[in-house]
Amino acid sequence: MATPRKAVALISGGLDSMLAARTMLEQGIHVEGINFFTGFCVEGHTHAIRAKDRARPKRNNALWAAEQLGIRLHIIDVIDEYKDVLTKPKHGYGANLNPCLDCKGFMVGKAYQWMTENGFDFVVTGEVIGQRPMSQRKDTMPVIARESGAGDLLLRPLSAKLLPPTRPEREGWVDRDKLFDFNGRNRKPQMALAAAHGITEYAQPAGGCCFLTDATYARKLTDLWQVRGSKEYELDDIMLLKVGRHLRPRPHFKLIIGREEGENNFLEGYRRQFTCLRPISHHGPLALLDGTADESDLQLAARVTARFSQGRNAPLVQVEVTRQSVTTRLDVQPLAEDEIPHAWYI
Amino acid sequence: MTRHTLDARRLLCPMPVIRTQNKIKSLAPGDIVEVVCTDPGATNDIPAWCRMHGHAVIGTETRSGEFIITVEVGKIAG
Repeated sequence: MATPRKAVALISGGLDSMLAARTMLEQGIHVEGINFFTGFCVEGHTHAIRAKDRARPKRNNALWAAEQLGIRLHIIDVIDEYKDVLTKPKHGYGANLNPCLDCKGFMVGKAYQWMTENGFDFVVTGEVIGQRPMSQRKDTMPVIARESGAGDLLLRPLSAKLLPPTRPEREGWVDRDKLFDFNGRNRKPQMALAAAHGITEYAQPAGGCCFLTDATYARKLTDLWQVRGSKEYELDDIMLLKVGRHLRPRPHFKLIIGREEGENNFLEGYRRQFTCLRPISHHGPLALLDGTADESDLQLAARVTARFSQGRNAPLVQVEVTRQSVTTRLDVQPLAEDEIPHAWYI
Repeated sequence: MTRHTLDARRLLCPMPVIRTQNKIKSLAPGDIVEVVCTDPGATNDIPAWCRMHGHAVIGTETRSGEFIITVEVGKIAG
């Protein structure tokens, strides 16, 4: 009996990548999954932070999907390598800071590299023509194949019949007749195929699997870059952009204010790296001050923090301020609602 | 058999899994690694990753808000 051909499948945790991998399994291909962590994945972080999300399943969708498929999944940290993709996208950004076309090319390229290093034969993705305005169009799909280096070793089983035959099809490793011609944003064919395979539960990212597509997040990241004067970032920076209210009362500092207990607990882990404010006379949020602040700035920061405490209508709120391990207490009058200009919100 | 500890505190999903995966690559079958996490999601994700890669979770416990997941490295690489 011939050794089965081996494919590495990009697994996001969504339905399309599950179906693509499943289609290959049905054809007797040995499939292993690969998933890349850029730091911007909505997956995981948010449901681990916010108390309101605690009822949601605390699972990594890609791992869960791979387990449903009965395949191994390799999760690869690409945080550092991804910086170039995000800060210098050859094909530009989508509606926000999402460099979708460059991102897809990068991920397919990394999967192709993994394929060659691990003795696999081809790369599989769940891409569907017309599904995404930037990266999943008939004219951009060849760009991804070419720029990733994967060329005709990149197979998209769900739209394969609408694309030129790839090497796995030409060589007979897979049967092209059993692939699909899905096209456009209509999800019914995928749902029907899922039902045919008995796949009843799957994550529904609906394009929302990446924070870079989110307008609010993109605004915060733009602010970070503008203040720094360069498009540099570390993992902690981009994590903190996902948490809390971000207000910039002065050009030289911003406040990150926890919105609820889960976020306060998360921000607590950063209290040694930032000036930290917390109301102590009333229940209230933990706030981190990012930037430089003189005494009058600290007063203002404490008044803003007090505004978001339960003492917002009290004449005075006592706020504990810890800076470089030195703790002081400030009695401040909380800012009134109309004293916080909308422009402060990032 | 050697025993190892992996500090994955303050890391959020999927970083604890990635660190576990990378640590296990350097270990031998039968070795034990205790992964210390603060993200509750890791208590699902690390066992799921272990199941699919042939490693055994031999203990999970919670101590002072931290989750300790003990993994015995299996015979299958990676």
